[in-house]
Amino acid sequence: MFQASLKALSAALAAKQISSVELTRGLLERVARHSALNAFITVDAQKSLAQAAAADARIARGEAAPLTGIPIAHKDIFCAKGWLTTCASKMLSNFTAPYDAHVIERFNAAGAVILGKTNMDEFAMGSSNETSYYGAVKNPWNPDYVPGGSSGGSAAAVAARLAPAATATDTGGSIRQPAALTGITGIKPTYGVVSRYGMIAFASSLDQGGVMARSAEDAAMVLGAMSGFDTRDATSLERPAEDYTRELGAPLKGLRIGVPREYFGEGLSADVGAAVDAALAQFEKLGAKRVAISLANSALSVPAYYVIAPAEASSNLSRFDGVRFGHRAAEYGDLAELYCRSRAEGFGAEVKRRILIGTYVLSHGYYDAYYLKAQRIRRLIAQDYAEAFKVCDLVLGPTSPSVAFRIGAKAADPVQMYLNDIYTIAANLAGLPAMSIPCGFGAGGLPVGLHIVGNYFAEAKMLGAAHQYQQATDWHAQTPKGFEA
Amino acid sequence: MSAQGQWEIVIGLETHTQLSTVSKIFSGASTAFGAAPNTQASAVDVALPGVLPVANKGAVERAIRFGIAIGGVINRRSVFARKNYFYPDLPKGYQISQYELPVVQGGSLSIFTKDGEKTVQLTRAHLEEDAGKSLHEDFHGMSGIDLNRAGTPLLEIVTEPDMRSSEEAVAYAKALHGLVRWIGICDGNMQEGSFRCDANVSVRRFGGPLGTRREIKNLNSFRFLQQAIDYEARWQIATLEDGGTIQQATVLFDPDKGETRAMRTKEDAHDYRYFPDPDLPPLVVSEAWIERVKGELPELPQARRERYQRELGLSAYDAGVLTASREMADYFEQVANGCGDAKLAANWIMGEVSAWLNRLGFVSDTPIADCPIDAATLVQLLKRIQDGTLSGKMAKEVFADIWNQPLQSQGDTVDAIIDKRGLKQLSDAGAIEKIVDEVLTANARSVDEFRAGKDKAFNALVGQVMRASKGRANPAQVNDILKKKLSA
Repeated sequence: MFQASLKALSAALAAKQISSVELTRGLLERVARHSALNAFITVDAQKSLAQAAAADARIARGEAAPLTGIPIAHKDIFCAKGWLTTCASKMLSNFTAPYDAHVIERFNAAGAVILGKTNMDEFAMGSSNETSYYGAVKNPWNPDYVPGGSSGGSAAAVAARLAPAATATDTGGSIRQPAALTGITGIKPTYGVVSRYGMIAFASSLDQGGVMARSAEDAAMVLGAMSGFDTRDATSLERPAEDYTRELGAPLKGLRIGVPREYFGEGLSADVGAAVDAALAQFEKLGAKRVAISLANSALSVPAYYVIAPAEASSNLSRFDGVRFGHRAAEYGDLAELYCRSRAEGFGAEVKRRILIGTYVLSHGYYDAYYLKAQRIRRLIAQDYAEAFKVCDLVLGPTSPSVAFRIGAKAADPVQMYLNDIYTIAANLAGLPAMSIPCGFGAGGLPVGLHIVGNYFAEAKMLGAAHQYQQATDWHAQTPKGFEA
Repeated sequence: MSAQGQWEIVIGLETHTQLSTVSKIFSGASTAFGAAPNTQASAVDVALPGVLPVANKGAVERAIRFGIAIGGVINRRSVFARKNYFYPDLPKGYQISQYELPVVQGGSLSIFTKDGEKTVQLTRAHLEEDAGKSLHEDFHGMSGIDLNRAGTPLLEIVTEPDMRSSEEAVAYAKALHGLVRWIGICDGNMQEGSFRCDANVSVRRFGGPLGTRREIKNLNSFRFLQQAIDYEARWQIATLEDGGTIQQATVLFDPDKGETRAMRTKEDAHDYRYFPDPDLPPLVVSEAWIERVKGELPELPQARRERYQRELGLSAYDAGVLTASREMADYFEQVANGCGDAKLAANWIMGEVSAWLNRLGFVSDTPIADCPIDAATLVQLLKRIQDGTLSGKMAKEVFADIWNQPLQSQGDTVDAIIDKRGLKQLSDAGAIEKIVDEVLTANARSVDEFRAGKDKAFNALVGQVMRASKGRANPAQVNDILKKKLSA
């Protein structure tokens, strides 16, 4: 049951071969059994089982939607009414959301079950899930290794078969990098496809919700359920609903895959390079045509990102002031001290670092040199992709320069940590859809991810290409040791 | 206060007008005034984690209306920006405003003072949200926060430093107040904070470079605006004349003491770290939208002023005063149309009506709305002047009578009151002649003096006749009859 695909579970529920209550209870037990992974911040069996019972009743009434009764784990960045919603921060360790995010509303309307809230880097700032106030998440492939971040809890949960799918968010690679490091499929759609309402903001112009699942097919189903126009998010795109499974059967013949030369140079570890090369060869074998492309400004994406994202974060996180909700210092003499102590105590080191960087780059006299320049680079990076998509349909490359690293290995070196996202950041800066799928194993038997970037609204095409690859390979079906049954 | 001696006062105003939308600028919460604290603060207004702002179209449309009315440029694309600072009544830790690209740029407003008409140039008008309210009393050493006002839509209207006296500043504020109400974008309620001015004041020697300005914050009455500027300008001049210098600062006006005092100086000024709000796409205003708004605008004060001068023959000053508010202009037009004499209507409204409103200390933003004598009643009264029933003096008595006891409560018409008070003018030529004859007989000496060439004696005789008629004789007729008799 834990190995079954989401599609198979959906069919089993509809055929009443299994009830949602059974499925949910089984997964909750599994989550408890593997609590050492530290993948979840909050589970609430009572709430989950109540939803499962309601789903069963709905199925009995013959009113089931494809996701009715399916337990989904949610990154603890999505507000869910009545659920503790912490963003993995001490600052929100006492915050019970009084409302549902648009994404949660969508899942609730579909009859899905909230399996729990998953661990993450604090306020989604990190690439290793080590910045969480609730402790590091362990990689199911090796508990001494990080699962990647910031959506490390969702990634570990899906990789360890604790949940058939999970929601996540991606600001610079937070879905794709952990998907790569844990051997699962993760997709971040075009900016504006998934509403940000109720998704706690890190960097508003880059944040995008998405899915982590075990296959492209499952991801397509979940993405269809969670996306859609929302009047409460002014950056949400008003487009007709899409069936993201519609191109799953499309053959790869004639598909032009662009391979950027900049992504295979210095910094890419050999094991990852080899796995990605093999994957590209597999795509060619399936009929795709390889096109050499250049993304000339890609080296600028990390510096531009580390100006724009902290700038927006420094402002977005100002609301955490200890006044209305969240952590407030126990003792303070005046207003300034209330702010300083509450924020000093409530935020972790990485969040503080980014608030400081962001405050600095927006300061009078520095704004033009940093923020405006970064915005110009952002446009150049988008132009690079626009040029690339004139000669290819999808851009393929490595998701992350290396396989998962040891917990603690990069924690003291923020720059090394930031370079984890060197291949993924550009898609956020340009607002393009991007995904990672497993494509082999590298050093230490740890998974390698293949990065696929599409043009705006090319999610169905990307998912179709990934699905075709997954039909011909079984990397996505590999289960980490100890989690098979 | 006008310029003092060799000093010129330079004033620019920033006015926060609360836009009359039903809901807030970035949330669906109500903007109604006076609700219990925090009952009109939605998740967005409280800035809960994860919430997002969505711009209120009604607020944008009101800004467009204003831009058209002042002849400004409506930017087809403007940008919402975040102004970052911490304060407990600012829930997000930033205020959403417009910075580099406001929705309206340029435009102008005509003002009227005793020196005549003047045009004040506007710099810009931008949309922004209001903050909440901090309450420092009644909480035993703590502060209370009321977020009902947080997110209320404001249009901040900024002038060039074009005004040279507090009179001009007040005239501008009144003209702006009249205009925003005229075009229906703001209720103008100053007690409730719907219309608040910040005054930038500096002084300089005539012909010299601009002096350093200090900004007086949050003036919510025309009187305070005048007092604050007067005090501030006097203080700056005195400081400079004593050899001191002016530090750029933000100051508050204390209406009880009639003084301004510094709140913060430039040194501790915030770095607001403005940047475009990534939650809100650029505000795009289409040509079609502007055209539609244009078509829905009422006749504007400037157009009415010109019409009153051109068609009704009023002076520029009178036309200006009568178009200070839409209520005033409508009242004037009803009276003018009713009695058929625009100048008579103008004289009465600007004379008697205004004098009574002022005398009774009406502080409302639209005094004419407080006038207990409606236009139809005033028309009845003016008609009795026109047909000779009442002299001007008598009409004023009737006016006072109706003012103090409105017709409805007296259950009467103007004519009935004239009868009841016996104020009807004596216009019966025979009756007047009889009085004249009696007066001439009793004042033979005055008659002799007049015939000897003393013109003054004539006035004395008129006075006697009026007295003898208890003031009721039609003065014009008295004049005629007297002249006739004396020259006989």
